[in-house]
Amino acid sequence: MSTAAPESEDGVPTRSDRSPWNWLLLVPIVVALLAPLYNGVEPMLFGWPRFYWLQLAFIALGVVTTALVYRMTRRRPQQRGTAVRGRED
Amino acid sequence: MDGINVVELVIVVALFLLVTIMGFAAARWRRAQSLLHLDEWGLGGRSFGSWITWFLLGGDLYTAYTFVAVPALMFGAGAAGFFAIPYSVVTYPLVFLVVIRLWSVSHVRGFVTPADFVRSRFDSPTMALLVAITGIVATMPYIALQLVGISTVLKSMGFSGTGLVGELPLLLAFLVLALYTYNSGLRAPALIAFVKDVLIYLTIIVAAIVIPAKLGGWDAIFGAAEQKFSANGGPGVLLPATGQLGYATLALGSALALFLYPHSITGVLAASNRDVLKRNMSALPLYSLALGFIALLGFMAIAAGTTPVGTDGNTIVPELFQQVFPSWFTGIAFAAIAIGALVPAAIMSIAAANLFTRNVYKEYLRKDATPQQETRVAKITSLVVKLGAVAAILFLDPQFSIDLQLIGGVIILQTLPAVALGLYTRWLHRGALVAGWVAGMVAGLWAVYEIPKLNPDGTVARAHFGGSSFALSKLGLDTKATVYAGLLALLLNLVVTVVLTAVLRAARVDGGVDGTAESDYTAERGDPSVRDLPDPLESAPPGAPEQRSARR
Repeated sequence: MSTAAPESEDGVPTRSDRSPWNWLLLVPIVVALLAPLYNGVEPMLFGWPRFYWLQLAFIALGVVTTALVYRMTRRRPQQRGTAVRGRED
Repeated sequence: MDGINVVELVIVVALFLLVTIMGFAAARWRRAQSLLHLDEWGLGGRSFGSWITWFLLGGDLYTAYTFVAVPALMFGAGAAGFFAIPYSVVTYPLVFLVVIRLWSVSHVRGFVTPADFVRSRFDSPTMALLVAITGIVATMPYIALQLVGISTVLKSMGFSGTGLVGELPLLLAFLVLALYTYNSGLRAPALIAFVKDVLIYLTIIVAAIVIPAKLGGWDAIFGAAEQKFSANGGPGVLLPATGQLGYATLALGSALALFLYPHSITGVLAASNRDVLKRNMSALPLYSLALGFIALLGFMAIAAGTTPVGTDGNTIVPELFQQVFPSWFTGIAFAAIAIGALVPAAIMSIAAANLFTRNVYKEYLRKDATPQQETRVAKITSLVVKLGAVAAILFLDPQFSIDLQLIGGVIILQTLPAVALGLYTRWLHRGALVAGWVAGMVAGLWAVYEIPKLNPDGTVARAHFGGSSFALSKLGLDTKATVYAGLLALLLNLVVTVVLTAVLRAARVDGGVDGTAESDYTAERGDPSVRDLPDPLESAPPGAPEQRSARR
């Protein structure tokens, strides 16, 4: 098949999902599970105890990190295309 | 049946009719050459873009039952009910890299279910069957609970009859749902999800503005909750110090479990490409924000002095709406909940039907089934599954479904080594995976069996299946802390799987042939897919190096 996914000779794909940016994904995971961090009343915000507003704020943290990782790890068009060969070297 | 609110009823029925028409029309929407292929009926042709996927997965993951049960938990138990928020924060970054690998390999090999993947990856029909059965068992009570969601609305509207007559509206709603799902497949919930979400967001935005204004602001709402939960030396609106570990492990365990559920995977595989999924990992949290406000409806009900219908705590939100909104808006809110139940129920029954068709029927009953036969079986199975859910609610105590759903999260976690770790490594041995699954299941079921349900005053209300927080003191640890039972069982599962894999590998026991290639896991939409390849359930397809030893 001429359109097979690009592969170098030892069968390892030249495309990869590996990226140092992926480590960022750990931040919202760890932070949102640190219960002692948010299990308190002060400071209040708009009448909300910390426990509630801070955890809702973590939703935004999750959105920002996943969006950032997506942006920084986007494949270039030629990597997405199917007709691209493995590196020529 | 006196005392039915006519305005509410008319609005709910009208909106229900609208989605019914949409459900049947969905068969013509983005029409493929033929609906008679399981990819079309069961996965919407794997063609959904970012918006449709957002509505579909949103409708799928944030179910009507969630919208009813989470605030009910906040109303009854306070801060602990807020675990749904860290749960939904954690889940997207957690699965961000995993779902795209699952999408890619399924695209290339034509997998419709997670069990298809396990079958091919580990060359193990046995483990695939276990994954399929676990998925079906975990999903069935979840479908039944969507009915519980609808019935809370019906109760609040004044349908108080018992027996078959009282349940007639529920029966009718589900019958219609079953018919258009049969007809249109996954396209039906995808289209209806749009209406559901517009109604849900409208309800939430109005509720979050109007109700606090009526009750004297957020101070008053949290103040009332503080007063209720600090009686008898309680922790108020916070977690007790001993509850923090249980809170975090429940959030983590639930997050790990969410995308192992067959209905989540169905939604993932229906996406048209990897970027759609990645974008949705950032967009789906908007539903979490809505869920946060929905959860706080529980505290608003405390401040408003709302009481549930009879002993059914789940009616607290409908009753709150009834109390603070004019009838016409209550009708819209009720329709949001009722329609919100239809979307996940449809997707769940499709997912269960796909599992049965691919991994039981085709694997064990009729190996040479054509795609047309597969689709026919799946459609009929989806009907049977929904009828089963209706029967479970009509003839059994709904508490039975609630208990089963609790267990569902614990058991679906036991498929994690095969389904999720399997996407990253082929090292695990098929025999060890089966043994690990058995160990995890036994441990998980034992743990939830041992959990009593306590009354607020500390006495035991029920001796077994009282929750999912397992007291570490039962393992001989000197602490009052609890952990999520599912996570504990998963830990044992992983230990058994890893140790036994090492043993089986050392003893050179045949691990089977990997039916997937490394490049499958990063494939894009444009790459050649199974449409050009033989069926994945028939031995190793070309592309997988033949006669390769399982371990490279």
